[in-house]
Amino acid sequence: MQYTVFAVTILLMLAVTAAFAIVALNASRPAVEYAGVQEKSFSMRAKVFWALIVAGVLIAVITTLDLPYAATRGDVPEDAVSIGIEGRQWLWVMDEAEVGLGDTVVFNVSAFDVNHGLGVYDPDMTLIGQTQAMPGYVNSLQVTLDQPGTYSLLCMEYCGLSHHIMLSQITVGAEDPAEEVVPAEDEGANGEEGE
Amino acid sequence: MADNTTTAPLSASARTGLLAYLGISALVYVLMMLLGLLMRMGQAAWLGIPPNLFYQVMTAHGAGMVGISGLAASAVIWYFLQRYVSLTVGILWANLGFFLLGVVLILGGIFLGGFGGGWTFLFPLPANQLSGWGATGAACYLLGLLSIGVGFLLLYLDFARAIIAKYGSLGRSLGWPQLFGGSSEAPPPATVVAASMVLIINIAGILSGAVVLTLILANLFVPAFAVDPLLAKNLTYFFGHVFINATIYQAVVAVYEILPEYTGRPWKVNRIFLAAWTASTFMVMSVYPHHLMMDFVMPTWALVVGQVVSYMSGFPILVVTGWNALTIVHRSGIRWDMASGLLFVSIFGWCVGVVPAIIDGTIAVNQIMHNTLWVPGHFHMYLILGLVAMLFGFMYYFSNQVNRKNALDRIAFWGYVVAGFLFSFGFLINGYNSVPRRWAEYILLEDMQQWISASQSSAIFGAVVSVAALVFALRFLTSLKEARTA
Repeated sequence: MQYTVFAVTILLMLAVTAAFAIVALNASRPAVEYAGVQEKSFSMRAKVFWALIVAGVLIAVITTLDLPYAATRGDVPEDAVSIGIEGRQWLWVMDEAEVGLGDTVVFNVSAFDVNHGLGVYDPDMTLIGQTQAMPGYVNSLQVTLDQPGTYSLLCMEYCGLSHHIMLSQITVGAEDPAEEVVPAEDEGANGEEGE
Repeated sequence: MADNTTTAPLSASARTGLLAYLGISALVYVLMMLLGLLMRMGQAAWLGIPPNLFYQVMTAHGAGMVGISGLAASAVIWYFLQRYVSLTVGILWANLGFFLLGVVLILGGIFLGGFGGGWTFLFPLPANQLSGWGATGAACYLLGLLSIGVGFLLLYLDFARAIIAKYGSLGRSLGWPQLFGGSSEAPPPATVVAASMVLIINIAGILSGAVVLTLILANLFVPAFAVDPLLAKNLTYFFGHVFINATIYQAVVAVYEILPEYTGRPWKVNRIFLAAWTASTFMVMSVYPHHLMMDFVMPTWALVVGQVVSYMSGFPILVVTGWNALTIVHRSGIRWDMASGLLFVSIFGWCVGVVPAIIDGTIAVNQIMHNTLWVPGHFHMYLILGLVAMLFGFMYYFSNQVNRKNALDRIAFWGYVVAGFLFSFGFLINGYNSVPRRWAEYILLEDMQQWISASQSSAIFGAVVSVAALVFALRFLTSLKEARTA
């Protein structure tokens, strides 16, 4: 996801940069009649405008089909593992710190003292989801933990002087790969169990 | 319809006032950049900054940058607006007085009172006992913001008075008869349209900020007086979003007024221009829920509106102002100097900076980018290369420094543009790598080592930006005496 976002951003920024660079490089050449420049420019603008409108409508429809708010509205998958988690200066207090590989987990997130932000980082330290933690409210964040290892829960909302050391961790599957060594004939059954 | 011709020339008192606004702004920008550089060097593990000091500096940097941007941008629009309507010079000075009082209170609250609650002072953090500051420090900080808000409120009310006195209503000064009524009369000048939009959104924004500041102040001393954290968050982000956005909508009038002087081509106020500003008036006020997309308890419709309006708000910037700037400059034979160069760059910075902003305004993207360094990436890009470039460009213009051929200026210009881009882009790369924002240091886990190295290159570019800004600021400050009598 991050890669796609970054790539699209760079492409669009390059397009903007190219437009300004072309104009800047030609700007101080001998002046031409403004009416002609306007006519060409505004004709092109009309096309770009409508292209952006069409793209915008499509993007709006596609990206709002699946919003991350369902669990907070009570729409929780039957097989989901629900974990209550409360942010407080400066740690996360959780019901459960270990889940199975591939589990869909719903974090029911609140806060004891001030605003915090629950950020779920996979074992490669890539952010896979987040929600705010606020006194008096419960936000439910649904994520699928599909990598074995340790997921880190960091704070994403500034919460005071030790904000940057607010960490808890959740283990998915066996942390030590050596513990997962099983006889070859058992691998299939183990995999099914994981599913 | 009101006569659009200009009013009396700038009085000596008004000129001195504007120079005071801009001189203070130039100085504070450099100081705030140095604070930002300190933070980046701390994150890069090059400076050992205690966390409490880091967060105090972070609070000062945020409040300082937002406040000084408001001050400098208001000077730009005041200067051009007084060409068309009769503004009150006393209120220009009163605003400066309230601003300076606010600065003293804010700095006292932070560096004497120890307040480090972030410039957005999210409730209930200011009243938090574990955070190392007392109620006095927090109260000073909040009162400082209130004082600044009072000054700006007076200024925008004076804008409203003067505009309504001349044009009859804000609807007329926004050009609604031409936009909706088919009126064939000449529309108001671009500056008047922009000022009308800005005063509407900023009066609403400042009042929202005043409400939440007052509620939190009451809670500081009477804890039983509870404030709903979600309500406080809505009020805070409405205020913060509107106020910082309004800065660039004020400063852009420098582009509208000055680029035509350089190119000999008018910045025409047509129905598209009027539609863009009317749309922006409503969009800037309705888009703020994009700051709350990770507050899942917010109504879904509000968050979807935040996404859709985020996207739509790019149209007036990219397709109207940005496009018009390109059209006016293209093959115009423009004379490039520090003013025209910085103003042209500023439109580039605004347009290129909104790209990552709009993308982050998509709920699905926000879930993995919100409160990472992606966010400071986009706002540093459109503030450094957009707003601040606009303001320094205006300073060169206003102080008649544009005709000086100076190699140092040119080096500073290219250093500012290139390093400004790379500095901001460094934040975007950090965001791509999931680095959270507002962290004093990255020492918690071994995996965070890579976050430190990414901060190091950013710190180097930040230093170059600061030095370049120092050159711009010194050029303006050393010309003050001459500019006063110009």
